[in-house]
Amino acid sequence: MKLTLKVWRQAGPKAQGKIVDYPVSDVSEDMSFLEMLDVLNDDLVRKGDEPIAFDHDCREGICGTCSLFINGEAHGPGRGITTCQLHMRKFKDGDTIYVEPWRAKGFPVIKDLVTNRSSFDRIQAAGGFVSVNTSGNLVDGNAVPIPKQDADKAMDAAACIGCGACVATCPNGSAMLFVAAKVSQFSLLPQGRPEAKRRALAMVEQMDKEGFGNCSNTGACEIECPKEISLEHIARLNREYLVATVTKE
Amino acid sequence: MARQGLFGSSLVKKFWMALTGLFLISFLVVHAAINAQIFWNDGGVTFNKWAHFMGTNVLIRTAEIVLFLGLIAHIVDGLMLWSQNRTARPVKYAAEKGSANRTWYSASMGILGTLLLLFLIMHLWHFWVPSRITGLDEIAGMPGHHDLYIEMVRVFESPVPVVLYVLGCISLYWHLLHGFASAFQSLGINHKRYNPIIKMTGAAFSAVISLLFISMPLAIHFKLLS
Repeated sequence: MKLTLKVWRQAGPKAQGKIVDYPVSDVSEDMSFLEMLDVLNDDLVRKGDEPIAFDHDCREGICGTCSLFINGEAHGPGRGITTCQLHMRKFKDGDTIYVEPWRAKGFPVIKDLVTNRSSFDRIQAAGGFVSVNTSGNLVDGNAVPIPKQDADKAMDAAACIGCGACVATCPNGSAMLFVAAKVSQFSLLPQGRPEAKRRALAMVEQMDKEGFGNCSNTGACEIECPKEISLEHIARLNREYLVATVTKE
Repeated sequence: MARQGLFGSSLVKKFWMALTGLFLISFLVVHAAINAQIFWNDGGVTFNKWAHFMGTNVLIRTAEIVLFLGLIAHIVDGLMLWSQNRTARPVKYAAEKGSANRTWYSASMGILGTLLLLFLIMHLWHFWVPSRITGLDEIAGMPGHHDLYIEMVRVFESPVPVVLYVLGCISLYWHLLHGFASAFQSLGINHKRYNPIIKMTGAAFSAVISLLFISMPLAIHFKLLS
């Protein structure tokens, strides 16, 4: 396969970036998108050019590190996958492919295709946890009865890998699906209830502080999410937040 | 009270958007039902009776003030959300394939709302201003009773307002098609069993209300009523 890549190049956080064209040949359809970029980078290094910076880690779809807005879609075409799980067989010989970083005020570009997603860490740190007394009075997790349905839903929410595709794909740059998943995974379980009100309020407050936009229920995030987190969780966050706002002392 | 209060946060702005939206939807039901009285084909007698009631009843006139406040809140809230959403993505994508994951109208609520507002200014100018402020012709033998029906016939005689009204109602259709179901989601109402019902009701409501409103200027312009 021969392809033309149009890649966003930006030397640093404050530098002016631009789209640069790269012809790539000898692309196998069995390569992942990241492996194709590795091949291109290999060429660039050989020529003495600066390789393209992009985020990647586990390369098996579970770490949430790889990102990339490919041909107008987060993690490219295909559903329920991250960029490392996107194979070149999804493209045709001669295709032109746009490769851009996540675009959001909350995700500033560090270099080329790498963005700083520590805003998600700060949202998580604001309330995305359960406080556990570790002084020797631990209760065995399995001693607390939890309906299977609730456990399954909590697990679905906990599948969020925090990649930021929801923000990248949302026309408003909203982080609601991420925050909803992180609130839901606890609010559905008895262990998460004692801190539920404080958690919803604090995480939404941090989300707003980070400059993410407002959800307008387009549903784009749910479709592009590699873990297929449902909008149902956003509705749960809305309920949790409404109750907490009205009843918190 | 929560730290961000009842007005500050992104979520609360959306609650207000949903509540005011549903309130305005409830008004549309009343408005469409009363306007549809012209279809009795009685020269506007029934319609004028209702128009007189709506214009003179104290409770209705009070509700009219609440309606305007609700409308202003919906517009101001919408503008705030729109401007925040714009700043949330300072650098746009070179290639963005929105059609892959969302409907065009769900991502165009601001534009559709602006078109509706322009339509509404024209609509108020045509009917609300003369009937409440500058005055209308009275019905023969009924002092104090405006002939709003004759005013409709007068306005829709020319094709220009008819076309603008049809376009306004088409904007209303798309705005409602997303807005109706979206309001429930914003209020946290999302359940596997009820989601299809909400979606279908929203689609049916948007179509019925818009078609009903479109049929009125058309029926009058093409002289289908006596």
